[in-house]
Amino acid sequence: MQWETVIGLEVHVQLATQSKIFSGASTAFGAEPNTQACAMDLGLPGVLPVLNEQAVAMAVQFGLAIHAEIPEVSVFDRKNYFYPDLPKGYQTSQMYDPIVGPGEVEITLEDGAAKRIRVHHAHLEEDAGKSLHETFTDDTGRAMTGIDLNRAGTPLLEIVSEPDMRSAKEAAAYLKSIHSIVTYLGISDGNMAEGSMRCDVNVSVRPKGQAEFGTRAEIKNVNSFRFVERAIEFEVERQIELIEDGGKVVQETRLFDPDRDETRSMRTKEEANDYRYFPCPDLLPVVLDAAYVDHLRETLPELPDEKRARFQNALGLSAYDAGVLAASRETAEYFEAVKATCGDAKQAANWVQGELSGALNREGLAIQDSPIPATRLGELICRVMDDTINGKAAKQVFQALWNGQGASADEVIEAKGLKQVTDTGAIEAMIDQVIADSPAQVAQYRDAEPDKRGKMIGYFVGQVMKASRGTANPQQVNALLKEKLDALC
Amino acid sequence: MHDKTLTELSASLAAGEFTSRELTEHQLGRIERLDGALNSFITVTPDAAREAADHADATRARGDAGPLTGLPVAIKDLFCTDGVLTTAGSRMLANFVAPYDAGVVERLKAAGTVSLGKANLDEFAMGSSNENSAFGAVKNPWDSTAVPGGSSGGSAAAVAAGLAPAALGTDTGGSIRQPAAFCGITGLKPTYGRVSRWGIIAYASSLDQAGPMARTAEDCALLMNTIAGHDARDSTCVARGVPDYTAELTAPLAGLKIGLPKEYFGDGLDPAVEAAVREAVTVYESLGATVREVSLPHTHYAVPAYYVIAPAEASSNLSRYDGVRFGHRCENPSDLVDLYKRSRAEGFGDEVQRRILIGTHTLSEGFFDAYYKKAQQVRRLIRQDFLDAFQDVDVLMGPTSPTPAFDLGAQKDPVSMYLQDIYTIAVNLAGIPGISVPAGFVGKRPVGLQILGTHFAEQRLLNVAHRFQQATDWHLRRPELAEENA
Repeated sequence: MQWETVIGLEVHVQLATQSKIFSGASTAFGAEPNTQACAMDLGLPGVLPVLNEQAVAMAVQFGLAIHAEIPEVSVFDRKNYFYPDLPKGYQTSQMYDPIVGPGEVEITLEDGAAKRIRVHHAHLEEDAGKSLHETFTDDTGRAMTGIDLNRAGTPLLEIVSEPDMRSAKEAAAYLKSIHSIVTYLGISDGNMAEGSMRCDVNVSVRPKGQAEFGTRAEIKNVNSFRFVERAIEFEVERQIELIEDGGKVVQETRLFDPDRDETRSMRTKEEANDYRYFPCPDLLPVVLDAAYVDHLRETLPELPDEKRARFQNALGLSAYDAGVLAASRETAEYFEAVKATCGDAKQAANWVQGELSGALNREGLAIQDSPIPATRLGELICRVMDDTINGKAAKQVFQALWNGQGASADEVIEAKGLKQVTDTGAIEAMIDQVIADSPAQVAQYRDAEPDKRGKMIGYFVGQVMKASRGTANPQQVNALLKEKLDALC
Repeated sequence: MHDKTLTELSASLAAGEFTSRELTEHQLGRIERLDGALNSFITVTPDAAREAADHADATRARGDAGPLTGLPVAIKDLFCTDGVLTTAGSRMLANFVAPYDAGVVERLKAAGTVSLGKANLDEFAMGSSNENSAFGAVKNPWDSTAVPGGSSGGSAAAVAAGLAPAALGTDTGGSIRQPAAFCGITGLKPTYGRVSRWGIIAYASSLDQAGPMARTAEDCALLMNTIAGHDARDSTCVARGVPDYTAELTAPLAGLKIGLPKEYFGDGLDPAVEAAVREAVTVYESLGATVREVSLPHTHYAVPAYYVIAPAEASSNLSRYDGVRFGHRCENPSDLVDLYKRSRAEGFGDEVQRRILIGTHTLSEGFFDAYYKKAQQVRRLIRQDFLDAFQDVDVLMGPTSPTPAFDLGAQKDPVSMYLQDIYTIAVNLAGIPGISVPAGFVGKRPVGLQILGTHFAEQRLLNVAHRFQQATDWHLRRPELAEENA
């Protein structure tokens, strides 16, 4: 039987606010446990939440970026359950009236076609703290669980998609699109390793052509693009095998174990909590007037789709180049800075995707951590374009800059004497010397059929370039050599 | 000294008749001698009180004293107080020392008041008799066989007995007004949002409101001038100008339109209480007010709606008491669920557990619409009843409670206890202000007259109450305390 996979994603994006969603405590990552938890985050008796306006603005910006409806009124609800890292015994979230209504995100499929994934809604909520199950023991050596409440109260935007994805690849592409939108907007650092983006995946399968959805399983807390694909692939296979063996998929929550590359049951629907949602009486409904939303709309930065289109149409890049360079805000910013310095989009694109991207990949660095700042690379390209150096020397300069030898391309060119030799007299002198030193090769050249000579000239070019330590202008060397050798024939 | 009102004490301190330290010592002495029998305080803080009094006297010596500088107050033990035990009357928080001051406590401290200590209350403010305290019941100073009312029973008893000239209370369904009535003092529940809730241990967040309890309306006005106003830490606290509540106290009442809700004079009202209230109304008529009957048709839905909404919010608000970070933790929990179950079963008293169970049930899947949503709809109707009535009249009057203080141990059935609050509860659901003033006695036990106004009409309520107190002397009566005479 042919099976179709149906996938919906709930993406939790940690918003890059200075302070928490309902308290003034810092949200910086990596502080000592419980040093960034104030009375509010500890859930002390008598504390009250105050909504962080920055979190609201960021959520609305996201909504605008996915062309979503922004309801005038949204309401915070309490989701009640007991857990040691949930200090108040409830999570403040938005169950019934979320801040962002229906919208859509465009993804690019492998064949280059575009597909729209509908977003059901996005809502604001607070994160819980962290339970640390390792490293703690009591006086008698018994294992204990530590609670770190630094993360408690960190603002999250939960983006809930419709079940519109049909493969693991589509799910990963959707997640990348969300990542790209939130980082472009600057509303999240999108750092998946630090948990700034996490995702719950709803997966079901159905016979191809069937209208109703199959029973879904929810895979919790998948925290990388790769894991999302792997978790879905495993889960789809598991469900198909189960059904084909005469079994039934049960609605349940599962965990993905990246080490064993499998999903495991966490709890079934029957064991699910009744969260007893009700409107939080400590917070007023959030009322957004049109002027506020309009202001945010006007101040939206250029988004990935718009940027890609501009790279293609205004800068004349290929669809592929535009897509790669616009995919992440950091890459796009880097590329645009290089382009601004050197003035040539194609050269800038070639260098960023070629030499730079290769070096970054080799060392496992993100582009924002590149040892060569964008303007330096731009200056280097300038020197190629104005013929100060040739392409071969440029690669040497790049390597030197990468290794921190020299503060600028000009400095490296100067120090290493890589300035291109374009003086015809100097090049002729080197050619004459090479011809004089290579009587055998000259004889071969002379004796060859004229149409074979073209290939043989390579040896002489190599010798001249070597003599110039790579600095001679290759085009000039070629032309002059041909002239002189042919004169000998 | 202890027979003076807060306003009189303020004048005496200003005139140098005595110092704050002398006044504070006097009050501490009375607490020491008399509170063993009354049990109105859970924690007395003599050292901090003396220090604050000396500080106040120094402030006065510098010429920087304000109207409240050096005046002693008692604080209901529901307000967080920095470095001082804050129990909410619960075993759950019997060991909880708050690391910060509630917003109103900050304001009172900044105004130079002297906190004598933390007043007893029904556990987590849940109760109408102060019998639901883990620290024991409070006796009514007028009659030691009677309850002082609740939940601010300790605050009311302390003021009535002259242990403190004023106290802070909180009112979720009548918890300032009913004990004020039972103890023969004046208590104001301000409009929801008028006073900060920051640092008040939450019972039912959409209903809780802090307010003053003192001998007179004038004293309440003096306190309101300090405690009312915006606090950015409470999102439900309104950013709205605070009038001088003492400015209009003596405004004449000629032409005042009083409404008597017929639903507040029906079945279950003690005839002697009704007689006292009707007598009070005639005093107003003699002051130039006109009186008419009005109707609040949804009144009988108030108690059921309240006992859905308040427990629902409480069930969530009290989830933080889980034995993990602070408060009571059971011995040797076998696992996490055992820790939760036993810590909460041991830490919370019966009434608190009852309300958590009710609230958990009404919020459950399948019941939410039938209970919580319906109760919120009823709440809007009740609010509309009041708004409609205030189209025709300036204030509403009636009894604060259907009976005078009942006997300790008399109310065994929770529902009949809940019905004690029949006249006060709707006020919290509507968010309007209300004040209870002494209006007579049934035997030894005081009767309270409740006056209600529309949102933010506190100034008017205090004016209406003050004019009554200028014309009557119920508020000047003092209980005879057996121990005082001994």
